[in-house]
Amino acid sequence: MNKKSKINMWDFLFQNKVVLMFLVLCIGATIASKQPLTFVIPELFTRIARNSFIVLSLIIPVIAGMGLNFGIVIGAMAAQVAIFFTTYWGLTGFGGFAATVALSTPIAVFFGFLVGKLFNYMKGNEMIGGLVLGYFAEGLYQLLFLFIFGGVIKLNNSDLMIVTGVGVKNTIDLKDTVKYALDTVPMLTIVEVGFYLILIGLVCSTAFKMVKKQEVDVKATVIKAAAAVVVYGLTFIKPVERFLSADRLLLLSAVELGCLVTVLWQAFLFVRWKAQSRRADEDSVSEPFNTQKAIAYVVLAAVVYGLTYVPALYNVLIAVRLPVMTYLCIGALCGFNNILMKTRLGQNMRTVGQSRTVANAAGINVDKTRVIAMIFSTVLASWGQLIFLQNVGTLSTYGAHTQVGQFAIAALLVGGASVQNATNKQALLGIVLFHTLFIVSPLAGKELFGDPAIGEYFRVFVSYGVIAMSLAMHAWKKAAKPKIESDGDGNAEAA
Amino acid sequence: MRNPLKPLVEKFGLPRVIIVSFFLFLIAAAGMFHMNLMQLLSDCLRRWGMYGILALAMVPAVQCGIGLNFGISMGIVGGLLGGLIVIQFRVAEMPSLVAVHPLFAMWVAVLLAIVIGVVLATGIGYLYGLLLNRVKGSEMTVTTYVGFSIIAFMNMMWMLLPFTDGELIWPNAGKGLRNTISLAASFSNVMNKTLAFTVAGVTVPTGLLLFFFLMCFLVWLFMRSKTGMAMGAAGANPMFATAAGINVNKMRIIGTVLSTVLAAVGILVYAQGFGFIQLYNGPMMMGFTSVAAVLIGGASPKKARITHVLIGTFLFQGIMALGLPVANQFIPESNLSEVARLIISNGIIIYALSQVKGGSGRE
Repeated sequence: MNKKSKINMWDFLFQNKVVLMFLVLCIGATIASKQPLTFVIPELFTRIARNSFIVLSLIIPVIAGMGLNFGIVIGAMAAQVAIFFTTYWGLTGFGGFAATVALSTPIAVFFGFLVGKLFNYMKGNEMIGGLVLGYFAEGLYQLLFLFIFGGVIKLNNSDLMIVTGVGVKNTIDLKDTVKYALDTVPMLTIVEVGFYLILIGLVCSTAFKMVKKQEVDVKATVIKAAAAVVVYGLTFIKPVERFLSADRLLLLSAVELGCLVTVLWQAFLFVRWKAQSRRADEDSVSEPFNTQKAIAYVVLAAVVYGLTYVPALYNVLIAVRLPVMTYLCIGALCGFNNILMKTRLGQNMRTVGQSRTVANAAGINVDKTRVIAMIFSTVLASWGQLIFLQNVGTLSTYGAHTQVGQFAIAALLVGGASVQNATNKQALLGIVLFHTLFIVSPLAGKELFGDPAIGEYFRVFVSYGVIAMSLAMHAWKKAAKPKIESDGDGNAEAA
Repeated sequence: MRNPLKPLVEKFGLPRVIIVSFFLFLIAAAGMFHMNLMQLLSDCLRRWGMYGILALAMVPAVQCGIGLNFGISMGIVGGLLGGLIVIQFRVAEMPSLVAVHPLFAMWVAVLLAIVIGVVLATGIGYLYGLLLNRVKGSEMTVTTYVGFSIIAFMNMMWMLLPFTDGELIWPNAGKGLRNTISLAASFSNVMNKTLAFTVAGVTVPTGLLLFFFLMCFLVWLFMRSKTGMAMGAAGANPMFATAAGINVNKMRIIGTVLSTVLAAVGILVYAQGFGFIQLYNGPMMMGFTSVAAVLIGGASPKKARITHVLIGTFLFQGIMALGLPVANQFIPESNLSEVARLIISNGIIIYALSQVKGGSGRE
């Protein structure tokens, strides 16, 4: 037991070592680059919005024991096939974006299914298999875009096709079609749609319960509906309406809102606890109100709010404008990853990830679970690539997907994740660190060595190096661990 | 036995049958388009010798048990450094050597480059072997990324290393080494030209092929030596080898060093045939090409022979040599052959990986 806790502590130290090392590296490179924070931070937030979704799509396969999914490149390809077609059909705006998502999803499901099937033939070699599969798919992708489009399928569009009519151009401009389609959804629309969705949800769940002859908690439902109406009603107040009609949220406002919500939430918890303790005879087990924690949160919120008055920070905060809808999508995916793990399917994935033998003995269809995990990951990766493309605004037909897997995986690992363990927090932290390094390293290279190319090579080296190191550490641990111990773990799980 | 092809497919594996058929199809197509078949065959021979030794580097790696060595870039950078040092000191232009014969000077240059490359690769390969002994069971994944990392690391080094020769660095006070470095003044085509002769339109690069066969012979000889036998046993069945008193880890290191050294030799042979040294990301995918070549020849992650190298490299490079002109007949100025290369080389690797079934039985 003692030995085990020692190992765990070593793990803990090791994982944080990676994060800490990159933290130091980021800070050092930022200082060396001599760039003001008003440049680095806005750039960073743009990159977080662009890249988070695709990095988060890596988490499910890690949990299912399939390692780092180098096959997300294939999801990105599905997205690009879809965006090519919707651009060809001339679909624009948010509708065009939604159509692209709708088109890319079935393609990605199909690809994910095939990849999952293939990975079942190479258990234990998924990572190298996924990497090679990415290159293989690259060949097929080029075949499709260079020869089949125009050669076999006749497409007439001089904006998209090469002059000869066979093959797609190197870059496709999305400026007039889906650029910023998701980023520029106004907050007012989001609130409105959210309001209607909540109402529909409440009505449906009530109706469902009535049909099933279950007890309907009228009071709770009415309170929820009333809250939704109140929030919706707030949007009709002029200043609020003006504030919400913008499509980007100032980071300053976001921080202020965050502080406000934290305080309100603690107040709400406090009120609820008071109300519940008055009716203590009911055996509803409410969690005790943690006064210390609440005070800590409130103080923290106050301090953060106070910090916004520091001029240096204030300048940074008003320089960043967040695309609200994109960040909401990222948050939703984090939520989805968490919720999935609470479902039966998620639990099955976790079991399969820990031991296929045990999962099989427990009656879980291992192969099927793995295929489902791959489908999820591929579909999410394709959506992530669409978010990326709508933000960038140009589709580099033969280049946009090539580095996707490598950079996403490196970002995840920089955040402290490993081949067997990855969480939302690690993914987000990793994105922040990795992309900070990405922004500042060419500039730091220029300042330190007189050549930005060194910085560029350095960041590529970092992305390869962190993957190599993580894979080696994983393999090292796996080889060092005696076989008996893993069997013992397995039996404990089964019991 | 209704299908007469079935035993054939079972024996060689479906992809190999497809690739051989594709090769024959290309020859037929080239003949149909009235292309100069003899010239194409010369090209095949040239590429065979050029890529052969890189593919040969897979044999000791697979035999000693580390599997397909995607990380031969470890050795490649050693070889590249050897080449660069020789150019820096202008060995091929030394008056005393040129006085004997210009070709002699070039041979001295290329052999010196190989010796330096081998020395460097031995050191790198030893460290690499130590790493691989700690990651048993996941060598292929690790080697791939360690290989990529060293290339990315050397990208920085190529910018910073203190080479000064005008042939090597960017002109106009640019920083770092050039992307492609011409070997015209040092050892370009030295092996290809030696004893080369032309029969019925086919140019045979005798020196190159002899060197390639010599390397194959040396590896063959080594595999039959006592150490080589022990290494093969360690790779085939580590448990049994340990029981027989063989130091498995040591054998794996020997195999890794040998593979790395062969990669260093291989890249120099490739460079002299190509006429240029490619730095930066040029050698990034060399590992994949070499792995694909031996796999096409019939190797698997657990078994690779010299015949696999000979057959596989010839077929793979033959397809590449024939593919480009034939594809250009179908669709002019296209990179259809590049697409075919991607699909074939990666397809065969995926096929090989999917045949392994759970690797070392750790399930």
